[in-house]
Amino acid sequence: MKKLLRFLRGYRAVTVLGPLFKLLEAVGELIIPLVVAAIIDKGIAAGNSAYVWKMGGVMLGLGAAGLCFAVTAQFMAAKASQGFGTNLRGALYRHIHSLSLSEQDKFGAAGLLTRLSSDTIQTQVGVAMFIRLVLRSPFLAAGALVMAVSISPKISIIFLVMAVVVSLILWLVMSRTSPYYRKIQNNLDEVSLLTRETLSGARVVRAFSNQAEEQRDFFTSADSLGKKSIKAAALSALLNPLTYAVINFSVIAVLYFGGKTVSAGNLSQGDVIALVNYLSQILLALVVTANLAVTFTKASASAARINEVFDTVPSVSQTASECPAPVANSAKLRFDNVSFAYYAGSRNALVNVDFSLSAGQTLGVIGSTGSGKSTVANLIPRFYDPTAGNVLLDGVPVSQYPFADLHRKVHIVPQKAVLFSGTLRDNLLYGDPDATDEQLWAALEAAQALDFVQKLPDGLNAQVARGGRNFSGGQRQRLTVARALVGNPEVLILDDASSALDYATESRMRHAIEALPFHPTVILISQRAFSLSHADKILVLEDGGAAGYGTHEQLLQTCEVYREICNSQTKGGADNA
Amino acid sequence: MRKQNKQRKKGAIALVLRFMRPYYPLIVLALLCSVVQIAATLLAPVVIGKAVDYIIGKGNVDLDKVLRYAYVLMALIAIVMLFQWLGSLCTNKAAFHTVRDLRCAAFNKLNRVPLSFIDNRSHGDLLSRVVNDTDLISDGLIQGFTQLFSGVVTVAGTLGVMLWYCWQLALVVVLITPVSICVAYLIARATHNMFKLQQKKRGELSGLAEEDLSGAKAVKAFGREHAAEAQFDAVNEDLRKVGVKAMFYSSLTNPGTRFVNAIVYAAVAVAGALMVIRAGNVGFTVGLLSCFLSYANQYTKPFNEITGVVTELQTASAAAGRVKELLEEKEEPSDDGLPALQYCDGSLEIEHLSFAYDPARPLIQDLNLSVLPGSRVAIVGPTGCGKTTLINLLMRFYDPQQGVIRLSATPTTEITRQSLRAAYGMVLQDSWIFRGTVAQNISYGKEDATREEIEDAAKRAHIHSSILKLPQGYDTVIDDEGSSVSQGEKQLLCIARILLTQPPMLILDEATSNIDTRTEAKIQSAFAAMMKGRTSFVIAHRLSTIIDADLILVMRDGNVIEQGTHSQLLAANGFYAQLYNSQFV
Repeated sequence: MKKLLRFLRGYRAVTVLGPLFKLLEAVGELIIPLVVAAIIDKGIAAGNSAYVWKMGGVMLGLGAAGLCFAVTAQFMAAKASQGFGTNLRGALYRHIHSLSLSEQDKFGAAGLLTRLSSDTIQTQVGVAMFIRLVLRSPFLAAGALVMAVSISPKISIIFLVMAVVVSLILWLVMSRTSPYYRKIQNNLDEVSLLTRETLSGARVVRAFSNQAEEQRDFFTSADSLGKKSIKAAALSALLNPLTYAVINFSVIAVLYFGGKTVSAGNLSQGDVIALVNYLSQILLALVVTANLAVTFTKASASAARINEVFDTVPSVSQTASECPAPVANSAKLRFDNVSFAYYAGSRNALVNVDFSLSAGQTLGVIGSTGSGKSTVANLIPRFYDPTAGNVLLDGVPVSQYPFADLHRKVHIVPQKAVLFSGTLRDNLLYGDPDATDEQLWAALEAAQALDFVQKLPDGLNAQVARGGRNFSGGQRQRLTVARALVGNPEVLILDDASSALDYATESRMRHAIEALPFHPTVILISQRAFSLSHADKILVLEDGGAAGYGTHEQLLQTCEVYREICNSQTKGGADNA
Repeated sequence: MRKQNKQRKKGAIALVLRFMRPYYPLIVLALLCSVVQIAATLLAPVVIGKAVDYIIGKGNVDLDKVLRYAYVLMALIAIVMLFQWLGSLCTNKAAFHTVRDLRCAAFNKLNRVPLSFIDNRSHGDLLSRVVNDTDLISDGLIQGFTQLFSGVVTVAGTLGVMLWYCWQLALVVVLITPVSICVAYLIARATHNMFKLQQKKRGELSGLAEEDLSGAKAVKAFGREHAAEAQFDAVNEDLRKVGVKAMFYSSLTNPGTRFVNAIVYAAVAVAGALMVIRAGNVGFTVGLLSCFLSYANQYTKPFNEITGVVTELQTASAAAGRVKELLEEKEEPSDDGLPALQYCDGSLEIEHLSFAYDPARPLIQDLNLSVLPGSRVAIVGPTGCGKTTLINLLMRFYDPQQGVIRLSATPTTEITRQSLRAAYGMVLQDSWIFRGTVAQNISYGKEDATREEIEDAAKRAHIHSSILKLPQGYDTVIDDEGSSVSQGEKQLLCIARILLTQPPMLILDEATSNIDTRTEAKIQSAFAAMMKGRTSFVIAHRLSTIIDADLILVMRDGNVIEQGTHSQLLAANGFYAQLYNSQFV
């Protein structure tokens, strides 16, 4: 939590002033029992009605002042904690963006989202409670104790004993329940998981008629959640009766010893009433402190989760500020002995991969599932940096380009076709914010998306739902291709970008891309051998290493793996290709 | 509109009551406990006050009497402790059991609704109904109800005791009560509105972040971080403004009621003191005053809690409304009493079949088809032509608007869904893996399968060696999100699942789209062995998987426009030939 306190910047003044105002309010509250004692001992004993009225006025005044102080303090607390939360969220979001994909993968999108939302809220509540209660409660308890001592030091010993016993009870109950709450949280996660699975697997569940088993598993999990909750609740339900008992036994003690002292003439009746009042004040303060402790435990758990993200140093960062000049006579794009592992110590996803492409050439990449095809694509726009070797664009390592320039020169169509909410035009303008509508339509045409976009009633202004879910998989894929074509990139990467398209559409798209006026250098990743056969060079990957590299004809002659792939796809009657 | 709203609310509460019924005894017990506990709690100040009356001044203290009251107080303490604990035990037990039952009912419902419901609704929304809304109901309706009850009983009891001892002073307290209610109401209303706004903004912010994070590659590739951050900052700032207000208003409850409390307290002190002076400490004593003061101190606390409970009740009844909506969703028509499919030779006929997801956009129209036992049927056609829809109809995930499907001459609507679906083995494009061990995932369709059978299926699906490479082999726990198994490997696991159950018919919907063609070729041999003598339907883009089919259905815009074998269709030189040749253009 401490580490996050820097996000209070801009709110330091209110953070300090808030508790002070709270303190002032508490001072007023501590005086009230004294005023009551004065009414009893001076007003009633002397039969002085005017004095009683005056003291009544003092009590009202104290109440009003307390209200003012409290409202001011609450406002400051709200301002400081919300400001803190806003700063924290903003910074966290920026930090997440600065992380490379491998770090983002480590946390998972869901994990990052919880940190941005509920974890931030937890810490925010922690800050608010800190300002509102951290000084007030202990101060009230301590103040009540001091007041009691000032009335009767001897009887105050009862107070001390009581405070120790109540604290012990609070500590015992809370330390026993907190492990339960952790278990409850895990169990709740399981309940969610089971529900999510039954939704995402609805077809499979039904296909196997496994509904009864699903329901049985769910009941087991929900039932054990219920049992755990009941146990935890039974434990924490002990808190109120126990503290009630301790306080009232203290009252009995105060009455008994107080009675003795009064009898000896060392204490007044009003004093005894004041002492009883201070007892209940201490009790309230201690209970609030206990609740506060729960809030702080939660906040610090959340803070730890957030710090995990902040402590992750982005492995891919921008080092250059100016776009380097191309090296003369160098290849447009070159992989120089590149190796890569997604996690330190894990199996290499790429091993010593070499290739080089001149401007306007096309490289086809093919290989088995998990052979490293997408990894090749991911290293060019620096989603990840290679573990060894170099990726060179115009002869300069991609790490020496500012991100903005690199992403202007290299456009990628990721395997997972994702659009963003907004209009279709917003989405297409991602690659080049200044593109004209004609350029957008041209991109759509090349991506074979013209027919269905033209049919949309709003054309380029059509709304895209979150993630692009209002378009079919094939449509989404074509739109993401169009998005990558806008802005005339020098290098175009198509990572299995036509897997949801039928052959006819795919081949039309391929020809349209070949005919593009700006002649990009193309990396074409596909599982379909035929789609690649016209590429200038083909890289055949197997277990992360190059099993072959050359033209279609060369590979058919020399590369066993490639031959197998081709045969597996053109079995029966396609030999005339 | 308003009336409708009211009715819906009523229905929601009726629903909760229905689920609470088995636990009524517990709740009645809880309420009884709380009445006893509150009565004892209220008596304590009276007893303390009585004791104080025997502590008057120097030499004027009757310690014996004080002790006697001390014993009474101890008895009261014991009663409060016991009944408070018992009461909350009963409430919690009732609450958590009701939640469990509601949750299971909601979950079971998800397994009985037509698939169209699950396909069309946001899964996040359904999930939150099963998980979060049920929790809100327990917090609000059950615990809130008992809190409300004890709050009302406390207020009534306090007033009763006050009236009993001194109606004049009680009147002072009663007169100030409306102020307390007013303050609490105003604060609660302002808070509620702001919280609603805050919730909306939070949702907006999470939506933004979710979209960006799930499309991280595209965001990075196009350098959209700054644009996304600007958007995020704008909403974040809005959220801050709303958040400050929401938090401020809600935090006013305590100071507000504390202030009202101060007024009540001062009024009681002044009026009480004046009365003691006038009565000369007979009848209305200092002890009684101290007792009144401690009531005054606690009098507004229940109001505070009640306002809190009211907002909780509102949230809870909204949650109950959402759960109710789910529970009242129409279920798949029951097939109880229908016979199971007795015999399946694998023949299939479709007659005059018409189907549309959306009545305004007809998809499949008057489809007729006849499949001989043991044949291999390939379905091809452009994206969106209705291939997957046909599968949905065969499996009865959806029911057609018109027409009949006959399996082995039995109309599929005249047998149980379970027996119909058991006749098919299905592998889909989106492979589904649940959290569990690899072995559990493979044996999903045959829970009692032995480890040998599982390994054999895995071997035939060419995934055995990959499984052995996992940290705990077949006992490695995997889930759908984890990256320990690739997309292709997941699909192979789903194939192993089918190879294990050996159903009489097969449906493969792009079953190998994530698998490279070499592995696919190997699996095909396993499939081929399995498909021997079994009717199978195969949807694929790859023509290589289609060429050997006994029957090719060429679909376009929901209709089968051509059917025949590969060579027949090529010779016909129609749409299929066009598709096939485009591969080599």
